Amino acid sequence: MEHIITPKVEHVKLLDRYNAKNPAIGTLYLTATHLIYVETYNDTRKEAWILHHHISSVEKLPLSTSGCPLIIRCKNFRLLHLLLPREKECQNVYQSLLRLSQPVKYEELFAFLYNPKQNEQQRREGWAFIDTATDFNRMGLPNDYWEISDLNKDYEVMCSTYPSTLVVPKIASQATVMGSAKFRSRGRLPALSYFHRETKAAICRCSQPLSGFSARCVEDEQMLQAISQANPNCPFMYVVDTRPKLNAMANRAAGKGYENEGNYSNIRFNFQGIENIHVMRNSLQKLLEVCALKSPSMSDYLTGLENSGWLRHIKAVMDAGVFLAKAVADEQASVLVHCSDGWDRTAQVCSVACILLDPFYRTMKGLMMLLEKEWISMGHKFTQRCGFLDGDPKEVSPVFTQFVECVWNLTEQFPCAFEFNERFLIDIHDNIYACQFGNFIGNCQKEREELKIQETTFSLWPFLLKQQEWYRNPLYKRSVKSGPLRPNTLPLHFKFWCGMYNRFDKGMHPKQSVLDLLLALTQKKTESERKMTDLQRVSGILRFEYFHVTFKQNYGLTNKLRYINFKDWTQAVQGSDGFNVVIDQCM
Amino acid sequence: MEFAELIKTPRVDGVVLHRPFLPLVEGTLCLTGHHLILSSRQDNTEELWLLHADIDFIEKRFVGSSGTIIVKCKDLRIIQLDIPGMEECLNIASSIEALSTLDSVSLMYPFFYRPMFEVIEDGWNLFLPEESFKDLESMTDEWRLSEVNRDFSICPSYPPLVVVPKDTDDDTLLKVASFRHGGRFPVLSYYHKKNGMVMMRAGQPLIGPNGRRCKEDEKLINATLRAGKRGYIIDTRATAVAQQAKARGGGFEQEANYPQWRRIHKTIERYSVLQDSLIKLVEACNDQSHSMDRWLSKLEASNWLSHIKEILTTACLAAQCIDREGATVLVHGTEGTDSTLQVTSLAQILLDPSCRTIRGFQALVEREWLQAGHPFQHRCAQSAYSSGKLHGEAPIFLLFLDCTWQILRQFPCSFEFNENFLVLLFEHAYATQFGTFLGNSAAERSATLKLPQKTVSLWSWVNRPQEMEGFVNPLYEPNSLVIWPSVAPQSLQLWEGVFLRWNRSSKCLDEAYEEMVHIIEYNKELQKKVNSLRRQLAQLETEGSPLHTP
Repeated sequence: MEHIITPKVEHVKLLDRYNAKNPAIGTLYLTATHLIYVETYNDTRKEAWILHHHISSVEKLPLSTSGCPLIIRCKNFRLLHLLLPREKECQNVYQSLLRLSQPVKYEELFAFLYNPKQNEQQRREGWAFIDTATDFNRMGLPNDYWEISDLNKDYEVMCSTYPSTLVVPKIASQATVMGSAKFRSRGRLPALSYFHRETKAAICRCSQPLSGFSARCVEDEQMLQAISQANPNCPFMYVVDTRPKLNAMANRAAGKGYENEGNYSNIRFNFQGIENIHVMRNSLQKLLEVCALKSPSMSDYLTGLENSGWLRHIKAVMDAGVFLAKAVADEQASVLVHCSDGWDRTAQVCSVACILLDPFYRTMKGLMMLLEKEWISMGHKFTQRCGFLDGDPKEVSPVFTQFVECVWNLTEQFPCAFEFNERFLIDIHDNIYACQFGNFIGNCQKEREELKIQETTFSLWPFLLKQQEWYRNPLYKRSVKSGPLRPNTLPLHFKFWCGMYNRFDKGMHPKQSVLDLLLALTQKKTESERKMTDLQRVSGILRFEYFHVTFKQNYGLTNKLRYINFKDWTQAVQGSDGFNVVIDQCM
Repeated sequence: MEFAELIKTPRVDGVVLHRPFLPLVEGTLCLTGHHLILSSRQDNTEELWLLHADIDFIEKRFVGSSGTIIVKCKDLRIIQLDIPGMEECLNIASSIEALSTLDSVSLMYPFFYRPMFEVIEDGWNLFLPEESFKDLESMTDEWRLSEVNRDFSICPSYPPLVVVPKDTDDDTLLKVASFRHGGRFPVLSYYHKKNGMVMMRAGQPLIGPNGRRCKEDEKLINATLRAGKRGYIIDTRATAVAQQAKARGGGFEQEANYPQWRRIHKTIERYSVLQDSLIKLVEACNDQSHSMDRWLSKLEASNWLSHIKEILTTACLAAQCIDREGATVLVHGTEGTDSTLQVTSLAQILLDPSCRTIRGFQALVEREWLQAGHPFQHRCAQSAYSSGKLHGEAPIFLLFLDCTWQILRQFPCSFEFNENFLVLLFEHAYATQFGTFLGNSAAERSATLKLPQKTVSLWSWVNRPQEMEGFVNPLYEPNSLVIWPSVAPQSLQLWEGVFLRWNRSSKCLDEAYEEMVHIIEYNKELQKKVNSLRRQLAQLETEGSPLHTP
């Protein structure tokens, strides 16, 4: 609270870019965790709650006759244009927000304060809910070809940014594994990310080799051979460098680079041309400028969309994912994927491929597992990429957002293939930035253990599952299990994600939601089915009683009735001739 | 039979048909007077029946002794036929070219088509002006039905019966007609029941370079104003274009002569620009080799979505003037047969819930397009693959359907029909076995071509329950409100159902649609069962009374 100078400002105008003439008037509150704007318009009190962690930038524009403008841009793509009556207050709010939106220590993050009134047991269960080890078991690992290794158990000998357990080829000796790690940038050696049971092909991931212009490493070559040999169905394996060739070549000067095809036996090497984090950051910046244009013409919008390059990058990630999935499913070939450090593009591409290949990852629990496995545990640097703490702005990049957008594009092309709807993706995205749950805090598993995340914060996943009805895709068909998804990746099949980037411009979206309607229907269905069973039961009882009475009146016999209990009765009256059947039985 | 002269080779065996996303079909190709037929002569494979009129353009290629014909259709589909034999291929190609560009309307298929179904409700008699006037009469007595154009002499593009202000006599109409382009004097297009405001449409006023005025014209439209209220004139042309029109004898209403009217200019492009836009868009959609940047830049350069945005914006403006401002509106462009009709018909979809039903939409098309004199025959003679000199071809009606689709997408529960219905109308406007869209005006349709006597109406077919089923929107819940779509660029999308229809596999989308229908139908059934159980129970409870009687 020490950073809040002015906790409340009245008569603040909220400008709407579609209705500039009639801004809302309200009161602005600053709390320890939120900025709250409460509209004071007649009786309707519309409220906007903005988490400090969601604020990506605060900008103070020059004083004008109408007030002091403050522009707040959020990581969930909300844009707030406020007009404060007095300069002094504006300055105070501005300073507080600058400080509050950029915590300097992990301990200041919301997750360490957040208490959802759960006991220790529930907290532990929440964390145990998604366990990547069970996913490897689900794939059938360990098996004759792959083993689960704990060589990295203390994060020191091999790789500090990898998880403590890794899946590596069984035939690779300890020396091979360790040697390969030494030849890979930051020790991020090749490790299995997905094993495809039907074809026995695997997707493995790593960082770039320290090959420079000519360096070789026997262990690394053996390691790749071991991966290739762990797949009995294909005589070669792919090595996919997800970077543009030029970037990979430039890295050679720094003693890094890419695999020389001549040094490795039976590899097929290719580049996928996904740009680096800096290009992606700038691209998103340009996209958001387009989204924020005031009444743009169609031409402004389409030209802006093109110039941002955003959809080109999304397509590049999708194309690379499709390449992997095709190699595994169609050619039965294993693939080793890397970029520079193997924690950004590699994570995107491997997880897109997993979703294409395996229907499990298209369920709610499956997507959680995939995020745990490919992103959290394999060391995607969430803290830096999402800018949780005040740090180097050049480390911030929308790598995860792009992955979520790829998944959204797939849900558009395959409306029945996913268990979840768009809201699930958006809420996961927002929750990552919100830092309310501990899952994404830190940059790797080692750091999370040091921060005692599991002991001091709560896991997001059980919280999401509690609302699973809200996230359900009513069109989902579990039976869809015929081979991998084969998305059409022609440019014209990639759409701008209005539901994400213009999410708060309510007027832009369809005015009637088919999703809500269908979800309401499925809920009604459950109710109706219950009602029907109730009614059937009641009518059964009534008929039974009615029968009893009339039977007694008409025949005066009751001794045989003793042998008919209610259960037999209800079974008997299932047929249309229920009455007669029972009467026959009694006579 | 003169078709026979055009068909040099009526039959070729061993022809291979290529279609995107479908397996190859090898079979026999037959040409008839109106169809190109390809049949594998096996029971289980479907045959291709293509109307010659549906063929927009063909390309020939030869490799060795066999040839390939690429057939580009008006519904945007592209198919390829591999034909063994150079001579056969050339003959087929020249026959198709001749048969798909027949000059005489009376040789078109609708004049030969005999329905395989029983016509229960004749579509030609479904939407008579007399009938719709009865509805109007029940709401207001300020309008009358004029027969001034009964022999089409005053305005060749108007129907014999038009609705005009009650106090305006036929002599006045005659004078006004001479002051409006094509004789299209202002007539009633829509009456807004909610507040009694009206929308009228006309051709441009012929003020010419000297600023001619016509007192009768002023009087006619002023008669529609409420005391002390101003009206809006929506000119669908940019100010500069309207200015230029003066030099050619046209122009716009001068403020001095129409002081009670506020004129607003919008920029809906003329037909030649729109045709060019369609050609560019379809070319961009069909080129599979584009990078993302190239695709977006071509999409932008086609300007198609800009046109959609402009047309929708203008329709919203008209609707706003009527519903929000409570004002009378007069819409015109140059001729009043293209952009004017786009605006007046779309505004009605926004304002009038009945236009969002299947019958209501048919009535709207009949009233605001067919009766109102949109020259379908000219506009739809060629589609996106047209080349060379054009003769007034333009996707005016397709743009209207696209705009309707955009509104439907934003209000998915407010329309009784689904996207398929709009696609159907697009197809039949360009090539059809029905007579509905033939001809350019009511005069041509009834007097010259005698379509009601000689052809079958599209509505006769569509309105049969078994056909209707496929066009009903399962999500429909009647919505009595005025609807306001968003015209922000982010809210407008490429109409995939038309433009990407042949460039993608629709399997997954069809599956999703079926699933949606299933959920809704299952719920309805369940509800029915619950209700019938309730009734049974109630009955049992009364019958069960012996329980309580001694």
